[in-house]
Amino acid sequence: MLQINNLHASINGKEILKGISLTVKDGEIHAVMGLNGAGKSTLSNVIVGHPAYEVTEGSITFNGKDLLSLKPEERAHEGIFLSFQQPVEIPGVSMVNFMRAALNAKRKYQGLEPIPAGDFLKLMREKRAIVELDSKLTSRSVNEGFSGGEKKRNEIFQMAMLEPKLTILDETDSGLDVDALRIVAEGFNKLRRPDSSAIVITHYQRLLDYLKPDVVHVLIDGRIVKTGGPELATEIESRGFDWIKEEIGL
Amino acid sequence: MKEKNSFVREVAEKKYEYGFTTNVETDIIEKGLSEDVVRLISQKKGEPDWLLQFRLNAFRYWLTLEQPTWGHLKMPPIDYQAISYYADPTQKKKQGTGEIDPELMKTFDKLGIPLEERMALAGTAVDAVMDSVSVKTTFREKLQENGIIFCSISEAVREHPDLVREYLGSVVPYKDNFFAALNSAVFSDGSFVYIPKGVRCPMELSTYFRINARGTGQFERTLIVCDDDAYVSYLEGCTAPMRDENQLHAAIVEIVVKERAEVKYSTVQNWYPGDSEGKGGVLNLVTKRGHLRGANSRLSWTQVETGSAITWKYPSCVLSGEGSQAEFYSVAVTNNYQQADTGTKMIHIGRNTKSTIISKGISAGKSQNAYRGLVKVASTADGARNYSSCDSLLLGSHCGAHTFPYMDVHNDTAVVEHEATTSKISEDQLFYCNQRGISTEEAVSLIVNGYAKEVINKLPMEFAVEAQKLLGVSLEGSVG
Repeated sequence: MLQINNLHASINGKEILKGISLTVKDGEIHAVMGLNGAGKSTLSNVIVGHPAYEVTEGSITFNGKDLLSLKPEERAHEGIFLSFQQPVEIPGVSMVNFMRAALNAKRKYQGLEPIPAGDFLKLMREKRAIVELDSKLTSRSVNEGFSGGEKKRNEIFQMAMLEPKLTILDETDSGLDVDALRIVAEGFNKLRRPDSSAIVITHYQRLLDYLKPDVVHVLIDGRIVKTGGPELATEIESRGFDWIKEEIGL
Repeated sequence: MKEKNSFVREVAEKKYEYGFTTNVETDIIEKGLSEDVVRLISQKKGEPDWLLQFRLNAFRYWLTLEQPTWGHLKMPPIDYQAISYYADPTQKKKQGTGEIDPELMKTFDKLGIPLEERMALAGTAVDAVMDSVSVKTTFREKLQENGIIFCSISEAVREHPDLVREYLGSVVPYKDNFFAALNSAVFSDGSFVYIPKGVRCPMELSTYFRINARGTGQFERTLIVCDDDAYVSYLEGCTAPMRDENQLHAAIVEIVVKERAEVKYSTVQNWYPGDSEGKGGVLNLVTKRGHLRGANSRLSWTQVETGSAITWKYPSCVLSGEGSQAEFYSVAVTNNYQQADTGTKMIHIGRNTKSTIISKGISAGKSQNAYRGLVKVASTADGARNYSSCDSLLLGSHCGAHTFPYMDVHNDTAVVEHEATTSKISEDQLFYCNQRGISTEEAVSLIVNGYAKEVINKLPMEFAVEAQKLLGVSLEGSVG
């Protein structure tokens, strides 16, 4: 599904990613772990095409397409969804209008007619129930006045609406209490289709207990320095990152 | 609803779709302004002597005035001798055939305003004005059945001279300001509306103003009188060809609202704004005022201003009638090098009068957008109330938003509130939308429409949808 090859990226002239290679197959969940500043969020931002980041070398292929040549919205239409670490508030734009614009833009890209209003509202209701998002929130402006947990739940709700092929969860667990984390994670699991994939960026084991990654990567200073199975996450949870640094001689 | 009022919709389809010129034989008088020109205009229109005197008084007064400079505007010098003050594109009609030149019909068709009644927008009567002359007014006979008069002001002068004489200049006297004096001297066409006592106008009335001829100014004059217990909703729309030079548009709108009567006046202003370098465009210098004469009368101004190189207008209300209520809802969008200095005046004279001002400025590009408003409460206005809310939204960092609220309160029982905010569309908001599959332009449109919703919702429903699109289009290319 996703192939990242020798990816180098910088922001404001400073190189953050220093040659990342990563392959995510259909149906796989990959965890990317690492300390603050290692480049985890840069990686997710580069995949979705954030304009602040410049790719200086390497390639990203998504289902056979050259991702780096696509605009952010086209990447979204191709099926990439980012659950933002800090979802932004958009005053004046209701969740309903926002979601309808997003869904219809995708349908247009696929050559489909806009979704009929009745079907759309029905879809909203169904998906909202999965992440237990209050209807009061979807009638508000996008993320406006939402608590931290509500914002994260709202991200998963949007994912549910857009049914992406690849979801990137960028520290979705940060700022969530145990119950909210469970709701978000269970919602995510319910919504996953067997062939859809995910990249989970996190510091902690907590979220991974629910999501059960197939592959775990450790990112240090812009490079993937270690890759393993789920047991690697458990080990990091108990031992931290220092032993890995020692292992690779940093 | 889909088929109706397609003109605003079509305006919205492209950046400036109405930049075309109509090739029509036009009777244009020599450039320049003098008493002779004023007399010539009056003569061409076959006016009675009292109106000629009104014009001449205005002209002589205008000569004593200087063009005002207090606006937050960089106004190019206007050479009043380089403009032609009368352009009549309805030659053929005049020459006795009684038919309207098909080119003119085609022009208005192209603008989405079919003038054939059988094809016309259901529920809307239109007065179509090109340059200095009203081309046609639809549904006149049907409206007459209810005693409603809807015609061009030139016809009103001929057919209802007493009404015109009673009200013309009674709300905006020619001494009001420089541009009002100019308009009073040389005004050409515009609409006249009279709604008799107790009549609720069964359709929307609208006037569509089109500037066509080169080197001319448009000086329209609109007069609306709504008698006791009557109601009317009125809409004006406007477009002009794309030209390198500035074109002057100096209009006056006067509204008289009597006891318990209600007038809703909506404007979708889309004059040619000039090109992206700031070349050309219409100078929109307009005096609009309503007088709420009767007790418990109501007047609301709703304006969506997206066009013109320069906008200088302050639709105002004089609240004399006890318990009268006035509203001003405005969205003013400026992009590229456009400049707007717009707002309102609410003059409270009667007891328990109430006014509301909701102003939303949106600035992009290198434009300047100012809200200027006056709330005045006279000593007689016991219990007067005003609420003003002025918000500015900035797109980009090369534009300016300014707020100039003036308050002048002479009554201790009055309550006057003012709120103002300034916000900016952030890169993060746009990227969030992009990531969800929404393009930047669509995102700007969503955010701007969300921001302007309170005002858009005040427009007659069929126009609201189109105004939304227009907002998005006016700001195309303004971000990123």
